[in-house]
Amino acid sequence: MKELFAILIGAILVENFVLSKFLGICPFLGVSKKTSTALGMSGAVVFVLVMSQAVTWLANEYLLEPYNLEYLQTITFILVIAALVQFVETVLKKLMPPLYKALGVYLPLITTNCAVLGSALIFVERNYTFIEAVVFGFAAGLGFTLALILFSGIRERLETADIPEAFKGMPITLVAASLVSITFIGFAGLIIG
Amino acid sequence: MAERKKPISVLLNGLIKENPTLRLLLGMCPSLAVTTMAKNGLGMGAAATFVLVGSNLVISLIRKIVPDKVRIPAYITVIATFTTIVHLLLAAFLPELNKQLGIYIPLIVVNCIIFARAEMFAQKNGPLLSVLDGLGMGAGFTLAITAIGSVREILGAGTWMGIPVTVNLFEPAIMFILPPGGFLVMGFLVALFNKLADKKDKSLECETGCEAGCPGCSKAANGGEA
Repeated sequence: MKELFAILIGAILVENFVLSKFLGICPFLGVSKKTSTALGMSGAVVFVLVMSQAVTWLANEYLLEPYNLEYLQTITFILVIAALVQFVETVLKKLMPPLYKALGVYLPLITTNCAVLGSALIFVERNYTFIEAVVFGFAAGLGFTLALILFSGIRERLETADIPEAFKGMPITLVAASLVSITFIGFAGLIIG
Repeated sequence: MAERKKPISVLLNGLIKENPTLRLLLGMCPSLAVTTMAKNGLGMGAAATFVLVGSNLVISLIRKIVPDKVRIPAYITVIATFTTIVHLLLAAFLPELNKQLGIYIPLIVVNCIIFARAEMFAQKNGPLLSVLDGLGMGAGFTLAITAIGSVREILGAGTWMGIPVTVNLFEPAIMFILPPGGFLVMGFLVALFNKLADKKDKSLECETGCEAGCPGCSKAANGGEA
């Protein structure tokens, strides 16, 4: 239990995917303009991350490792994730239309979200068990959510701010992200063991 | 597409005008994550260029055989294959660099630059032009992330490519090699590039860059099934 809690807090705060590991930067910058879209995207990411962690873990444990095919990890994982995202989309559309409506547009974007493939590669690197890998995926998703929602609030204010010409748009967003990232460095001292 | 593209302009296009990192703002994750040192930027750039050239070549060769509906999985497989090749090569010949870049090497698969070029260029052009496009875009990416890496390394560690350069000038600010420094340097470099680039199409570039970015290219990626 203690290990799981450490993984949870670690992935949310200490090694926040977006702000300290730079995974999932594209959606972080792309959809953080409004808090509502940020929420939708985060929901979809948490959902897919948990499922993909479970599926890729099983694929790795029972398909790749027994046959010494670890070198195929990258290919296998990305195809599994792409297929999973497609599958989730189809299932949601059929069975849970309201949820599909809320997450729909964001789902296809997730295949190319490096947070998903990244966390699959990380659990291999750290030899996580099934439960640990899934918790890690969930926590990584929550960390992504936290960063995205915090940041979307800031961006909404940036819209009306007076910004030097050359900094308009992406540059000022990056500078703001830098400041948010500084605050997360504060969590670095938080070691749970 | 109607006009014939000149090889030279295709090659140069990626360097400045459509620099993937600083103008189109694609492939942000590696640009920020591995650029704590100039050397890492260079290594990452070279690895990505290899994948970009290889996948552009193969995709442009198979573009007429692959049905439109399954082109996305087909392209992903091609890209993942080249990424695996580069990963294994690095692990064998440059284990030090491989260790430094860590999971960001396999993550080249989801680098939007590569997918975007497959979708926007290799799919519509012949092998020669596609290879040149891959080289140009790869060089642009390498240039950009080596620049980011250089700035961060000099300001944050006081060295460049491992050689001390600021011994008596100032105390390096470690913040620059930490994550916030990545965002900060990137922000300033993009601003600088905007300033230098033609003011007229700046707004346009930024619009596509900020809005589209990765979501844009994955939207294009999923256009097939829509």
